[in-house]
Amino acid sequence: MASHIALTVNGKPREVDVEPRRLLVQVLREDFDLTGTHVGCDTSQCGACTVTVDGKAVKSCTMLAVQADGATVTTIEGLAPAGGLHPLQAAFWEHHGLQCGFCTPGMIMAAADLLARTVDPTDEEIRHAIEGNFCRCTGYQNIVTAIRAAAAVMRAGVPAPSGAIQGGM
Amino acid sequence: MAIDMLGKRVKRVEDQRLITGEGRYVDDIKLQSMAHCAILRSPYAHANIRSIDTSAAKGMPGVLDVMTGADIPYNPLPMAWPAGGSAGLKNNVNSPRALATDSVKWTGEGVAAVIAETAEQAQDALESIVVDWEPLATVVDAEKATQPGAPQLHENAPNNIVFEWAVGDREGTAKAVDSAEVVVRQRLVNQRLIPNPMETRGDIGWYNPGTDEYTIWMSSQTPHIQRILLAIFVMGIPEHKLRCISPDVGGAFGTKIFTYGDYVVVLEASKRIGGRPVKWIEGRRENYQSTIHGRDHITYLEVAGTRAGEITGIRVKTYANLGGRLSTIGPGIPTTLYARVLSGCYKIPNVYAEVVGVYTNTVFVDAYRGAGRPEATYVVERAMDLFAGEIGMDPAELRRRNFIAPDKFPYENPSGLGTASGGAKIYIDSGNYEPALDKALAMAGYAEMAAAKGEARTRGKYLGVGLSSYIEVCGVAPSKWIGAVGEGWGAAMWESANIKVHLTGKVVVTMGTQPQGQGHETTYAQIVGHELGIPMEDIVVQHSDTQGTPFGYGSYGSRTSSVGSTAAIKAAAKIREKARRYAAHMLEASVEDIEVEGAEYRVKGSPDKKKTFQEIAFALDLAFDAPEGMEPYLDETAYYDTPNCTFPFGTHVAVVEVDEATGHVDLVKYVAVDDVGNKINPMIVDGQLHGGIVQGVGQALWEGAVYGDDGQLLSGSMLDYALPRASWLPNLELGETVTPSPVNPLGVKGVGEAGAIASTAAVANAVNDALKPFGIRHLDMPFTPQTVWKAMQTAKGAQA
Repeated sequence: MASHIALTVNGKPREVDVEPRRLLVQVLREDFDLTGTHVGCDTSQCGACTVTVDGKAVKSCTMLAVQADGATVTTIEGLAPAGGLHPLQAAFWEHHGLQCGFCTPGMIMAAADLLARTVDPTDEEIRHAIEGNFCRCTGYQNIVTAIRAAAAVMRAGVPAPSGAIQGGM
Repeated sequence: MAIDMLGKRVKRVEDQRLITGEGRYVDDIKLQSMAHCAILRSPYAHANIRSIDTSAAKGMPGVLDVMTGADIPYNPLPMAWPAGGSAGLKNNVNSPRALATDSVKWTGEGVAAVIAETAEQAQDALESIVVDWEPLATVVDAEKATQPGAPQLHENAPNNIVFEWAVGDREGTAKAVDSAEVVVRQRLVNQRLIPNPMETRGDIGWYNPGTDEYTIWMSSQTPHIQRILLAIFVMGIPEHKLRCISPDVGGAFGTKIFTYGDYVVVLEASKRIGGRPVKWIEGRRENYQSTIHGRDHITYLEVAGTRAGEITGIRVKTYANLGGRLSTIGPGIPTTLYARVLSGCYKIPNVYAEVVGVYTNTVFVDAYRGAGRPEATYVVERAMDLFAGEIGMDPAELRRRNFIAPDKFPYENPSGLGTASGGAKIYIDSGNYEPALDKALAMAGYAEMAAAKGEARTRGKYLGVGLSSYIEVCGVAPSKWIGAVGEGWGAAMWESANIKVHLTGKVVVTMGTQPQGQGHETTYAQIVGHELGIPMEDIVVQHSDTQGTPFGYGSYGSRTSSVGSTAAIKAAAKIREKARRYAAHMLEASVEDIEVEGAEYRVKGSPDKKKTFQEIAFALDLAFDAPEGMEPYLDETAYYDTPNCTFPFGTHVAVVEVDEATGHVDLVKYVAVDDVGNKINPMIVDGQLHGGIVQGVGQALWEGAVYGDDGQLLSGSMLDYALPRASWLPNLELGETVTPSPVNPLGVKGVGEAGAIASTAAVANAVNDALKPFGIRHLDMPFTPQTVWKAMQTAKGAQA
């Protein structure tokens, strides 16, 4: 039997009927066509499906869609205003923080959570913050560089995109 | 306008879509009326299938069809690289079918498929398929599988042996070993790995009843090769009836080179349900059980030499686990790509290798990043350290003494790289190994390591330092060599490029290679922009669709930058030459008098008489005034067959600290000095090295695919298989030397695998160095805390 849920996704109110067993990531990808959020495993280890729910990074494969009823969800597609880039996206591009790109949306969303809490993280803090996200291409080094660079840009007062991460900046 | 973008850290073209969530991987594609497929996989590692009852599943909600092996009227999946090739060596070949029919040989082999309206319905219906199994005895260890009394997998493979292959000078090496002052012997296990691209495999099959044509979207490194193998060898349809498309591919590392049963399942399923597209997406646990694994060698090593540090011979016998049936090029990895480069960067005069390919009740083993060369490097680099320890010489000094000297190139190595039957030869094209070693030692502070070891002891740590000097083989291979040695696809290995210039002067480059994160859309644009003198923004690079790209063999074996790039340069040269001829016509000059600088074509001595590339493209497109005999439009294709492989090299240094109390190994420093020749985009090169190094470090310290004796995959999920995490790693320190390859016009070599080839041995040598004070000579990977702690306790007990 389907349940009716209402939530805000990337700033837009959405309503959908879901089977109780369906995961948040399935609803985002299949019902809302937000395919930037990826599925890389089946044990909540890889972090490719990371989104923010009410401002906090969540692996959207660990959450039932019905648990997101009433929540505010931000995916990679909604991190920056249309046509713009969040400082993290710009920094991943600038510092070659991605290769195949499959882990990248989840990695950026996890990093966004970190930077919302910690404005000037050390490399150690960055590596700790993304240890729930696997990347098999980059060896993480340029990801760490990119997150550090994005933090510096954000500290320098570049305005945070509206509606992105609650509690940030 | 001079466009100088080669060798620059140019930001990647492909990133904009990937950082914004607009990439298109197979699972992101939704087609009209698309159905979904789930595959039932064997719970047993070895069993006969008495019967399969699909009737209940067929009645489940949303189910459109249920297929078993009996419903697939095609050939088994092809095996394209036998050991020995033209030497006539017998390979006892057993290939998988799209779905198993009579028996299964590993846990996870596919036996039935459900097609349903939704993925969940397909998955649910799998539970209702009833298979009557007859479980059989299992063997998972390659060496044990060859011994008398072991369970037998295949009637045509006595003692589970696929082949027994050898290369090198048997008598000469025996003499060298028998007469040597010093011989060191060691059994080495290069453990099985699960490659783990972050995107699992997946595909969408579509049969169009209106045209009798098939299309498959596949997460593949080799769409063109898959078209040949699937159409001709498996399905028996002409190639032009099958179109293969690889959209964005989320990492591959070798796993997506091969032909898999699911390709056939989704194509046939689409046909059976009337032409609705059918999508199958592999789960991660499914990936662990049914996509190829890598490595899995057991090697008996003998290394011989003098007390003064001259290595005179190396002899190995290697058992290579190839799994329960053969993957597409499974036998080629532990033979050609392993034993033929066993002497690495050293002038070892006598080399002999015996390789036994073995069936076991495990998933098939094939090329994983480095493919044979990491295994060879591990053997020879452990050999160097073991030998150095035996004669009491510094491992760096032993390496230095045995390097092939820089004036010896092109160098024909003794382990058979250059001795293929038929006379075609591959040489090590270039090298200058000592400067890379020196630089790595300096960067790592090698001279201060003794002091560092003492300091570490005051903190309860044992510090170890490990070196790895390596060569890699890129750009496989000259087709002539492939043909002569018979070791290969049974086909050529050239690459292709097409360049079309629109009337506005904007350029479309289509390539036969296939990226999986390497940034081809950027690097090819850099190359073509450089060649034609136009900005990258004016170029788009397309690839990975057999409809619309020239035939190419795909991307693996670090071949794209050396082979693919040269095809692009050749195509650009053809475009430039035609533009030059047309410029001569437009400027009423002779072709010889037209000089080209960047995008400017001008008459020598008359700098005012000139046309731009864009003007020429426009005029040639309209062709109002084309001269007699000149075809309109700028559209040129080039094919490139490399005369030789390229051979990057370098030295890596790993420094580890082993915690005496817990056995935990901390990688505290990692220095890599690599010589990959000239670089098209140094930023991308660094990224390839970072990723490769970390994969190799993963093997040394954490990773291992573990099967129970019953053939159950114990490391069956990402919870159980320890992939490197960001917090476990230090920052890597990269250095370089630059020795351009003489083989291709760019002087590039390739870099995709170098990191993974070098780093495992460096870390393994470091950990073994750290454990020397315990009297431990050799410990096998992975160096998990449990393994290291146990070894230390055992050694302490023995010393007490």
